[in-house]
Amino acid sequence: MTGKTGTTGKATVLGRIRDALAIAPPAPVTVPRAYRTGTELPSPQRIALLAERLRDYRASVHECRATDTAATIARILGPARRIGCPAGLPRDWLAETGAEIRVDGPETSVAALDALDAVVTGSAVSCAETGTIFLDAGPDQGRRALTLVPDKHLCVVDASSVVAGVPEAIARLEPARPITLISGPSATSDIELERVEGVHGPRTLVVVLRTDR
Amino acid sequence: MTFLGTPEVPPRGTGNLRGTQSFPEAAHDRLADSQLRRNLGKATRTIRAKRLAAAGELPDWEALRDAGSAIKTQVLANLPELLETFEQRVTERGGTVHWAPDAAAANEIITGLLGGAREVVKVKSMATQEIGLNEHLESAGISAFETDLAELIVQLAGDTPSHILVPAIHRNRAEIRELFLRAMPGVDPDLDDDPANLAAAARRYLRQKFMAAEVAISGANFGIAETGTLTVVESEGNGRMCLTMPRKLITLMGIEKLLPRFADLEVFLQLLPRSSTGERMNPYTSMWTGVTPGDGPEEFHLVLLDNGRSATLADEIGRSALHCIRCSACLNVCPVYERTGGHAYGSTYPGPIGAVLSPQLAGMAGTDPNASLPYASSLCGACYDACPVKIDIPSLLVELRHQHVREAAPRGEAAIMKAAAAAMGDSRRWELAQRAAGLGRLLARDGWIRALPPPLRGWTGARDLPAPPKQTFRQWWASPQAREELRREAERGLG
Ligand code: SF4
Repeated sequence: MTGKTGTTGKATVLGRIRDALAIAPPAPVTVPRAYRTGTELPSPQRIALLAERLRDYRASVHECRATDTAATIARILGPARRIGCPAGLPRDWLAETGAEIRVDGPETSVAALDALDAVVTGSAVSCAETGTIFLDAGPDQGRRALTLVPDKHLCVVDASSVVAGVPEAIARLEPARPITLISGPSATSDIELERVEGVHGPRTLVVVLRTDR
Repeated sequence: MTFLGTPEVPPRGTGNLRGTQSFPEAAHDRLADSQLRRNLGKATRTIRAKRLAAAGELPDWEALRDAGSAIKTQVLANLPELLETFEQRVTERGGTVHWAPDAAAANEIITGLLGGAREVVKVKSMATQEIGLNEHLESAGISAFETDLAELIVQLAGDTPSHILVPAIHRNRAEIRELFLRAMPGVDPDLDDDPANLAAAARRYLRQKFMAAEVAISGANFGIAETGTLTVVESEGNGRMCLTMPRKLITLMGIEKLLPRFADLEVFLQLLPRSSTGERMNPYTSMWTGVTPGDGPEEFHLVLLDNGRSATLADEIGRSALHCIRCSACLNVCPVYERTGGHAYGSTYPGPIGAVLSPQLAGMAGTDPNASLPYASSLCGACYDACPVKIDIPSLLVELRHQHVREAAPRGEAAIMKAAAAAMGDSRRWELAQRAAGLGRLLARDGWIRALPPPLRGWTGARDLPAPPKQTFRQWWASPQAREELRREAERGLG
């Protein structure tokens, strides 16, 4: 056997795979793609389905008109004193909270994130059928640690970014960005299969659905 | 690269891929553990029902399975090219790719990448368990902390997992409380056994680890050749923590975990969560491509693991075991697994898929305990029906039995035939299974019965087997006679 790492490791592994395929040559295969793609649902149904599925995961969901975003966020976050947000979040969303706003940057320490009462972000895409919110580190979403360390995540979802199914959501992603799919708060069933919500990620997920765009 | 001369059969893998006892012997010990049976029975029943509901909700479930299966076939057929593209994409995005022919090489590579770190955090990875990474790191004076709650429980207890999805299912809450009080530094001495409080204790303990860790080691559910993207599917958020907080990330991925295109995730992100936990989607999925400045680890290493996968690939029937996406659906529907639990299989990979994967990855010559695994099944077909990527596990089991018989000495052959007859000779179970569509469909499929290898041809007349016992398979399995019979067969050369 040749060496174990670097190019020799690569040559060894690829050589073995090629040997294996020469010993048992694979037949050509075409992938049947008869599953649903390009599913379209009228907007009210899409929004209703997303809200229902999110509530199934015990996320709290608040629907509001776009013009009521700031008031809705202020009402939900009520007593929060320190709220974090990414640099690209529309600042007027937080105008009515009365809390101290901490804008996240690469130099913000983990301890500072940990000290936040809540973080408010936007989102990239949402899939109604599975109740999944996709974050792609866009300017209104920020780096991954921002939506991970604080204990409460308030995520704003625009009706225009809600799609019906998984294929439609995947098609809207930019693979090179860091992507996080969120379907409810973190959970474990590891102890006697009893579901416990809120393990390491934010223990509370609040979704504000802006329904008129 | 081209061949010079005849292709060589690739060597088998090493590491935690076999037990010390044959399956019947190990199963015998486990059958005596009534807590394990109770917990496992409850878990498999619950998850089974959820999975059926989650899969049944999708009108195109079968079409997704067909696509998933074909994509995996395509991956294996084009593996060298796809791996090279994958390496190139990861490298372009600032990652470094390493190739590990076997477990020892993977351990050596990973240890070498740790720099001076004395502590690492880990997120559930069967591949690191397969190569025995924790033990290896420990021998090098490095502490590896498992961060998945169940894995943490297993690690604190000095145990091994009993299930892919819920590895600590053999432990009750009272035991877990005691364990935490005994082994978890800084734990509140007044901790009670409410699962929510136990989880909160683990959260506090692990949070310090996440914040302080320099290096994280992860597995991967999928790697996308086209884009160099890696994916981890999880529930608790420990995966996100490991993939985001430390400065350096090392990911160990089996070479079969590739998908050709990013868009293929549209198939697998539907198949995996619904088959695994029975959820529409798992709480968190992370995707990352190389290094993103200002967001997450500054250094990313990907270790590609062969360790017997190329050897498995060299068998045109057996290779479909490499399609496995580790959802654990086949475990939850398996009547044998439900009784014995994961430990009886000896290997990192338990249940029906373990019974076909372990012997192929690590070999099953002679008296290897792995040689007993292809017999650890009633061939009822439930695993095939449940598998989201349509791995025909019953046919693989029969094929492996055939291969083992072919390689074994004549003495072994007789013993194997008897054990096989014992395992399959229950006519009532057989008929039930047939009616339950599993095997019925298999039988109806033209050629399946004729495909049975000669040493087992007698089995095709299973209903004619002498004196079928008047028990169900489960009753038979639990009976002292069954244990005795399997034990004797094992002694006689099967195991
Ligand atoms: S063999 Fe199929 S059912 Fe079993 S774990 Fe693998 S993918 Fe899931």
